[in-house]
Amino acid sequence: MRVHLDAEKCQGHNRCYALAPELFDVDDYGQAVLIGDGDVSADLEDKARLAASNCPEYAITITDS
Amino acid sequence: MTDTIDPNAAAEPLEVSDTPENALSWFRTPYDAADYGPVTDWATDIDHADPAYNPNAPEVWKELRDSGCPVAHTDRYGGMWAPITHEAVNDVAYDTENFTSRSVVVTHLRPGDAAMPAPIGVVPPISSDPPFHGMARRLLLPPFAPKQIEPWEAEVQILCRRLLDEMGEITAGESVVDAAVQYAQHIPVDVIGRMLGFPTEDQELFREFVHNTMETINADPESRRENFEKLEAYLEAQVQDHLDNPRDDLTSYLMNVEMGGEKLSDEHVRGSMVLLLIAGIDTTWSAIGSSLWHLAQTPADLERLESDPEVMTFAIEEFLRAYAPVTMARMVAKDVDFHGCPMKKDDWVLLPFPAANRDPRMFEDADKFIIDRESNRHAAFGLGIHRCLGSNLARLELRVAIEEFIARFPKFELAGDVTWSAGQIRGPRVMPIRILETN
Repeated sequence: MRVHLDAEKCQGHNRCYALAPELFDVDDYGQAVLIGDGDVSADLEDKARLAASNCPEYAITITDS
Repeated sequence: MTDTIDPNAAAEPLEVSDTPENALSWFRTPYDAADYGPVTDWATDIDHADPAYNPNAPEVWKELRDSGCPVAHTDRYGGMWAPITHEAVNDVAYDTENFTSRSVVVTHLRPGDAAMPAPIGVVPPISSDPPFHGMARRLLLPPFAPKQIEPWEAEVQILCRRLLDEMGEITAGESVVDAAVQYAQHIPVDVIGRMLGFPTEDQELFREFVHNTMETINADPESRRENFEKLEAYLEAQVQDHLDNPRDDLTSYLMNVEMGGEKLSDEHVRGSMVLLLIAGIDTTWSAIGSSLWHLAQTPADLERLESDPEVMTFAIEEFLRAYAPVTMARMVAKDVDFHGCPMKKDDWVLLPFPAANRDPRMFEDADKFIIDRESNRHAAFGLGIHRCLGSNLARLELRVAIEEFIARFPKFELAGDVTWSAGQIRGPRVMPIRILETN
């Protein structure tokens, strides 16, 4: 699983950072930043799905590989 | 003596006029209190300041959606539209071309040509449009970013515990406290007052400013202006005090920060001070109050929070979705056909994010409170470029306020009639709660 972040869409709601801090960090402006290259280990797949399905701006998407 | 007129002399702007030209504010239709009576038809005459609106808002939105009305209208306020569905609210929020943020509080007065124009507006950056908006907002993002807000948690905890202590001796099953007046209303005022570096004893005054700005939109223009002048004079005194006694707080930050290599204009500094003072107070206070109102009537959810503290992450978002306190507003920037509605330049457009949050086409069982709702793209903090600047602080205050209240009072119930706010911010203002169990 891979997680993708569209920085243009992100408005800094910080839902992903709260739900999946292993996958998302925030910068000094409160904008989401992907940790690493977006590759999601098996134990974090649920968190990745949560982050995606709680982003009000649809800035996070998930692909299979 | 001659009657020669100097063509270069700028005429003194009018305070209020019936046209926007050379006026600070203007009215399309003269104010008449008789035009603001009780609403009888929400679809054709919606008024969010009608005392019946906030207590019954979810039912009003449902009635409008069920009758196939995605956008309600009224001639009040010189003409106002109110999109109700998630789709319509979303479409306004993302369209900064056709909808300007120049004024975000609906009143019968509109900003005139002599007031700070778009894209800056009177209270930047909430009143700003692109491209100015992005620059002004970027200055204020760092002090409200998550890692700057997190350290406030211990402070909010101390404050909440003090407020609970001040309720005095509590006898389980007998004592009645007002969770709005004695608790919720004090929490955000204390925090933002300290962040701005204003005297802590002025909290009652801050609530008065908020009330005057947000809850008296049906008052006559004269008294609204007097109220605003009082707020302006207060901020002026605070600016002067910060000049005399510089210190590390948000007011000093605004006075010294640079945008494009220059300090902010006096109007910008004062406008942003108004925004920071007003925007964070009754909004969070309402969210805390509504959440406790829900728990007072839903023992199962109260028990779940106590037995399963980890559910709080989801519960907070569900409180925010189901009881979102903030309705914003826009003005139509140019004539546009929107979802079949012929909107005219300078029409008001209400932006009820709380209504969008109850749309069943967006949320499964939208009118049902599901404490562990897993997928929750709610719009309580807005959608698009104006996402609430203080959302991280609001979430922190809401979570700690609930945690501390239920830790002290594991069981409680409503003990009488609740009075709701009027206007764009929705929440309980008087809320008697009987304490059934105490720790």
